Amino acid sequence: MKDRERLSFWFKGMQVAALAVAVCFSLGATDAGTRYTNLNHRMMCTCGCAQILGECNHVGCTSSTAELQELRTGIAAGQSDKEILDSFVAKYGAVVLAAPTTQGFDLVAWIAPFAVFAAALLGTILLVRRWSVGRTAVSATDAASLDPEERERRERIRRETGDGGF
Amino acid sequence: MAAFGSFALLIALALAAYNLFAGAVALRLIATGQPAAVSPERLADTARRAGIAVFVAVTMAAFALVWSVFTNDFSITYIAEHSNRALPGAYKFSALWSGQEGSLLLWAWLLGIYGFILRLTHKTDVKLYAYAGTILAAIQVFFLSILCFAAPPFSVLQGTIPDDGNGLNPLLQYPEMVIHPPMLYLGYVGFSVPFCFALGALMMRYPGEKWIKITRVWTMVTWLFLTAGIFLGMHWAYAVLGWGGYWGWDPVENASFMPWLTGTAFLHSVMMQEKKGMMKSWNVWLIFSTFLLTLLGTLLTRAGLVSSVHAFAQSSIGTWFVVFMGTVLAVCAFTYILQHSHLKADHHLESLVSRESSFLFNNLVLLTACFVILWGTLFPILSEYVVGNKVTVGAPWYNRVAVPIGIFLLFLTGVGPLLPWRATSFRSIRRNFVLPTIALWATVIVCFAVGVRPWQDGEFDTGNFYALVAFAVSAGVATAILSEFLRGAGVISKQTGKNLIVSTWLLTRRNTRRYGGYIVHIGVVIVVIGLAGSAFNRNVERELALHDKMSIGPYTLEEIGFTQDSNLNYNSDYALLDVYRNGVKQFQMTPEKRVYLASEQPQTMVAIHSTFEWDLYVVYEGTNPDTGQPIIKAFLNPLVGWIWAGLAVLVFGTLLALVPSLSPATASLRIPATRTNPTEPALKGGHS
Repeated sequence: MKDRERLSFWFKGMQVAALAVAVCFSLGATDAGTRYTNLNHRMMCTCGCAQILGECNHVGCTSSTAELQELRTGIAAGQSDKEILDSFVAKYGAVVLAAPTTQGFDLVAWIAPFAVFAAALLGTILLVRRWSVGRTAVSATDAASLDPEERERRERIRRETGDGGF
Repeated sequence: MAAFGSFALLIALALAAYNLFAGAVALRLIATGQPAAVSPERLADTARRAGIAVFVAVTMAAFALVWSVFTNDFSITYIAEHSNRALPGAYKFSALWSGQEGSLLLWAWLLGIYGFILRLTHKTDVKLYAYAGTILAAIQVFFLSILCFAAPPFSVLQGTIPDDGNGLNPLLQYPEMVIHPPMLYLGYVGFSVPFCFALGALMMRYPGEKWIKITRVWTMVTWLFLTAGIFLGMHWAYAVLGWGGYWGWDPVENASFMPWLTGTAFLHSVMMQEKKGMMKSWNVWLIFSTFLLTLLGTLLTRAGLVSSVHAFAQSSIGTWFVVFMGTVLAVCAFTYILQHSHLKADHHLESLVSRESSFLFNNLVLLTACFVILWGTLFPILSEYVVGNKVTVGAPWYNRVAVPIGIFLLFLTGVGPLLPWRATSFRSIRRNFVLPTIALWATVIVCFAVGVRPWQDGEFDTGNFYALVAFAVSAGVATAILSEFLRGAGVISKQTGKNLIVSTWLLTRRNTRRYGGYIVHIGVVIVVIGLAGSAFNRNVERELALHDKMSIGPYTLEEIGFTQDSNLNYNSDYALLDVYRNGVKQFQMTPEKRVYLASEQPQTMVAIHSTFEWDLYVVYEGTNPDTGQPIIKAFLNPLVGWIWAGLAVLVFGTLLALVPSLSPATASLRIPATRTNPTEPALKGGHS
């Protein structure tokens, strides 16, 4: 019963932590300066330099200068982040966004890594459980079948070599 | 010289083909025991000698190309396109790998060197080395065929021979470019050798685990080169590209990182096979995958499938690589299906909380990280194929997806060494984890106190949050590893009466592999701390007239001059900046902008002042066309120096792990994993 209560306590704790993280991530930038920096780091320079718009370091780069000006204009006009990003996509294509969106096929880009990780984690846990099952009995038998001298010898090797490796 | 080089390559191809054919026939005859006119052992030895001669022939070809660069032989197309008369000597060497043909020749030459060493050391295990040498010959045949037929480095220019060449790409005219590509290639090419051993051992149903020990040493050496190559590449990007960062999740960077991840996974999981006879199939496939990933990386960057700021050698040899990769995969799969019964492992775990389990989870995370990077690199191609819409997968995506995985991996770096093999008790966990947990939380408190908080101005800051977690976990991991050292050294100190420093050294020497590995982990921690510093990067950009000032962090930069210089290779404009701290002049910086005469391409030369705390990184961006004033961009990048320091620790730890341990007192009591008959004939039996 105590274990169950403890488990329930940890489970609730994890829920609260997850909620806190979710809330934190959902918070958005509000003032114009922060919005400008935030948005120019969510887009790419389209001159072919493969750099983030806000980090393009080519003096006189016509692409980044024009894009940054458009961004300032959009913010000054009171457009929302989504409206600004949509207008850039309409003008330059989806490649202007530094990361895939969370709609349509783009969503697969975000889901796949976590899905693979979850599947691999589950697979590993199942594998560990499978390899552990029945082993306890076998180990006990193994240990019992050793004479004390052999047991002591093995223990000494293990102590002194630390089983080698890591 | 062009004819000499071409002829040397053709000879090398013929020798490699002989090595492959004669070696395969000899091994087949030995395996089946069929009678033959020629002794299979002698045939195998001629194959091996041919393999050694391949190295000599490819060396001659490489020499011919370098000679042609130094003698300005612009009748050779490659030299005309990648060199010029005014190019400094050191960069003339760089011309060898600055283009497609030359870099493939470098690849073939390094493969020749590895093959040369492998074939010279064949007495370690004659039969296994014969298999490995024959498989390596197949890889050599592939690369030499490309060099002879698809991308010949000695093709002669048609028409008038120019007086001067186009010059080397300015991005490559930087000291690190003389060492970074060979180092990276040594890593890339080197993974061919563990691959050959793994495939060879599987083909011959190698008895025992000796092959895995041989493979592990080769993998560690290769891994070391690849690690150094990646870091040198980061430093080159940092100092040359001028955007203030060192890693942009560019496809070429990703291509080098993927085999590094699988190679790292192998170096960990191989211990499970050595100690417990587990994960045999897994290890074989890890090595296969690592080799395939090196080929995939080469394909990605050379076939123009993905765009990259690092790709200097693109052409249409992609089809060759696709066919070769397909063949390699088919051979690996076929051999595995045929021989997988030989890889039956004794899988057993005594506890979920044990060193064994930690290795499994470590492999899980490393492989997931590899998948994430592969997925991010290939998703633009996939998206274009599926919905006809090309998208960008850039740093924001990787930061969201890969960084948490990296932090989790760092966490495992600390946890793994604290767990004993087989099983652990709650008491042992409590004893081992108390100090690291205290260190972790103490770091969180210190970080909050000095202003490193997930919230900045009332808003959540993802970068700060990750940095905080990275600092805290790093502190926990470092404490865990150091306490492992201290615990062991304490025991030795009690036994020998020597002081703690000498005892730590003795402890390390007794098990260089384990403690070398721990030092590598410390290196990783130092690197992570350096990477986490990027969350606090700052920059400021200004037009500076004479005696104008700009401030960043504690520094004030004053423009005291703006001048020009020129030499035979380039013209340069640079700014002279005096740097003050607390009103006192500290040093002078001269960021520069060059225009190379041969190629007429501009290049930024960043001025960097590094300290333990941060880098002051100044870029001269050029002049404002309207005002004629120089534009200076200054960055203050905290903790960057830690990344390069971490590399030094990492290299030291790996080298230490390669040194044999002092024999333990009970060495004679060790029981070999598999008993083999030492009198077995070298080639006819298992191994000598």
